[in-house]
Amino acid sequence: MTVPLLIGITLVSFLVMRLAPGGPTDAATDLNVKASADARARLTKLYGLDKPWPVQYGLWLGRLARLDFGKSFKDDRPVLQKIRERLPATLALNILSLLLIFGAAVPLGVLSAVKQNSLFDRTATVFVFVGYAIPAFWLSLLLMILFGLKLGWLPLSGLRSLNHDEFSAAGKILDLAKHLALPVFVSAFTGLAGLSRYMRNGVLEVIRQDYVRTARAKGLPESRVIRTHALRNALIPVVTILGLSLPDLIGGSFIFETIFAYPGMGRLGYDAIIARDYPVVMGVGTMAALLTLLGNLTADLAYAWVDPRIRYAR
Amino acid sequence: MKNAFLRFATLAPIPCSLFLIGCHQDKLPQPALDAVADNAPVHGDVFVESTIGDASRLNPLLATDSTSGAICNYVFNGLVKYDKDLRLVGDLAKSWEIRRGGLEILFHLRPGVRWHDGQPFTSRDVLFTYSVLVDTNVATPFGADFADVRRVEAVDGLTVRVLYRRPFAPALESWGMGMIPEHIFLTGPVNGHPANRRPVGTGPFKFVEWKADEKIILEANLDYFEGRPHFDRVVTRIIPDSSVEFLELRSESIDSMGLTPDQYQAYPEFFRRYNKFRYPAFSYTFLAFNMNHPFFKDVRVRRALGLALDKRDIIQGVLLGFGRPATGPFPPSSWAFDPTVPDTPYDPDRARALLAEAGWKDADGDGTLEKDARPFHFTVITNQGNKLRELTATILQAHLARVGVKMDIRILEWSSFLHNYVDKNNFDALVLGWNLSRDPDQYVIWHSSQRGPGKYNFAGYANPVADKLWEEARRTFDLVERRRLYHKLHRILNEDAPYLFLYYPESLPTVHKRVQGVQPAPAGIGWNFREWFVPRALQKYRLAAN
Repeated sequence: MTVPLLIGITLVSFLVMRLAPGGPTDAATDLNVKASADARARLTKLYGLDKPWPVQYGLWLGRLARLDFGKSFKDDRPVLQKIRERLPATLALNILSLLLIFGAAVPLGVLSAVKQNSLFDRTATVFVFVGYAIPAFWLSLLLMILFGLKLGWLPLSGLRSLNHDEFSAAGKILDLAKHLALPVFVSAFTGLAGLSRYMRNGVLEVIRQDYVRTARAKGLPESRVIRTHALRNALIPVVTILGLSLPDLIGGSFIFETIFAYPGMGRLGYDAIIARDYPVVMGVGTMAALLTLLGNLTADLAYAWVDPRIRYAR
Repeated sequence: MKNAFLRFATLAPIPCSLFLIGCHQDKLPQPALDAVADNAPVHGDVFVESTIGDASRLNPLLATDSTSGAICNYVFNGLVKYDKDLRLVGDLAKSWEIRRGGLEILFHLRPGVRWHDGQPFTSRDVLFTYSVLVDTNVATPFGADFADVRRVEAVDGLTVRVLYRRPFAPALESWGMGMIPEHIFLTGPVNGHPANRRPVGTGPFKFVEWKADEKIILEANLDYFEGRPHFDRVVTRIIPDSSVEFLELRSESIDSMGLTPDQYQAYPEFFRRYNKFRYPAFSYTFLAFNMNHPFFKDVRVRRALGLALDKRDIIQGVLLGFGRPATGPFPPSSWAFDPTVPDTPYDPDRARALLAEAGWKDADGDGTLEKDARPFHFTVITNQGNKLRELTATILQAHLARVGVKMDIRILEWSSFLHNYVDKNNFDALVLGWNLSRDPDQYVIWHSSQRGPGKYNFAGYANPVADKLWEEARRTFDLVERRRLYHKLHRILNEDAPYLFLYYPESLPTVHKRVQGVQPAPAGIGWNFREWFVPRALQKYRLAAN
């Protein structure tokens, strides 16, 4: 099932990209009076764009079968290499912010549910929705002005200081941590709402169940009721979200990476779309599709693990 | 997790032992910045610049984006270059002779020049560079300038003869193209050659390191033929958001950036530690008419719209005063610019009279002119993402409304704008800008043979007199004569008004005050970068004694 789905996805992205006006030769030739029509035709031929699209797609698919994502039109470097260069930075940012989101959202959601309608619950609700509603770029700029410019505690942007290579190992980690602090915080803060809401609703639903009443009736302490009996069931929707956030891990966010001058996948993908760098667009897209499918699969498997009621037939 | 970091950090280790003190830079003695005047130049320090997008290929033949071009300028040399007054002078060629009316150019190369890897630079490299430029398997868009070359031959190791099919005056400029080393590129195809990421040139700076989407580091070429540059290193940081770039400037993390008019006028305390410069950029913004459109066939109509327009309003409103009214297709710092060509004055009454003469009258009293029962109503298109052009169109709209002309504005995504509208000549009028090369030859923009889909004379301008002049000017090597021809063209285009020439914007760069030796000239400020220096006491990043 997964393979035909993947091929379908790549075909659609291939077609969508070709339907967009313009092409990869534009950056070099558009309004460039030094570039003649000959030069444009020459580049088109070099990129193999003079062939009909089904042939181009067939060739691309053939290469993909050998795990060859082709070469970027922009600099003739292998797409995989370009992705590999940016992946560690993107993974670092996204894993950290995902950890922060889960670390904050699960307790926040559980506490909100247990103390439903209390002052804490209301404050938490306002807090997460402020995060959800606030434009990330605006918050980022304000925090940069405060921590970078006024207080001077954190660097404004980038991944490393100019003299990063001269630091000791500990100094390097500290340097990276300083550069990551703001982007991780902003992306976690603005992404908190969904998960903490799911968590809260999940717990609310579960603590009204008969077996929770039974557990309480047995005389178990409340903390144990919540932790052992309620939480595990309430985690099911969260597991779904976790599975679905797998592609986000490598997807990167164009806005964060642009604001923080962060060398990640979001900028790679966005720049490739703008430059109509088809091989890179297709490479990034295929990876995202693959991870989405993989994420769904993982989530399905994880259900069985957290929810004893779900078992897959052999 | 940790592994991911380490792997990333070790992808391309720095192969040398420079020590930068970057974190404690804000403790500079502040008053000293202004006190230091004309110290003797000293070596040292690092110059940090920024750019919006990453480079693509550090090879002058393949560099089509501005970042790659800028880095290539540090690393490579052409045979000729422009000096501060925009005159062509020798670079890798110490002199040249133009023979047989321009059918032959003889370059005498500078002896003793070495590539960054120590190999000597010779005429073989020039021949090789040419062969790559005209190789149809190479992804270079710059071949057109060399299309008229019949043959390039090495007379000896330091003399190159170029034979042309017909004289072509811009040809000399085209030899400003950076020369690439034959011995490096012999190992494989040029398009994807590893040297495009680790360039070897002859220029004042050598390549050190490139971290994708982060920064590119260059270091001084101690053996540069004109003498080593004073800076030890140049670091180009990639900062894709211009407001963040400005914050980095305010925190003194970068030493230079091009400002917007808004930023230029920001609070003085932002600039206590920076010098600001302003000079005309090599570009202009215009409104182009589609001359095949029935409204705009009549030159009286085109002139009338020019008279109806107060350029001062546009320059004040859009550029906050940082620009000047354009009178023609040559920028004021070009030698082709004729300062005696008058700017179209703002005169709405004469505009109305001219329109009436052309048959446009408001018969039904609805405030819009008509002719043959057709209202004067057209659409101007421009591209999305250029705020200045959008604002320009808006002001135009208001001014034209005053004389009874109704103008709509459509803003289109760049690619669609260009390919579905401009290339297909499918528009009434458009607002756009030209960035110009230093050589004034604009044959491809104005000659009547350059009309038609996908060509650059999208206005559809055709004037036999002007055609002759463009042809003649690109065949004339004598500068005085050539200037005379361009001055004529300047006046003709101003009178024919195929475009409304709107404004020449200004470049507004800023450079950190500790940097000495910056001299604005017609060529801008970068022309003597090699001679910029920082007095020892003010140096911010120091070399470790090693």
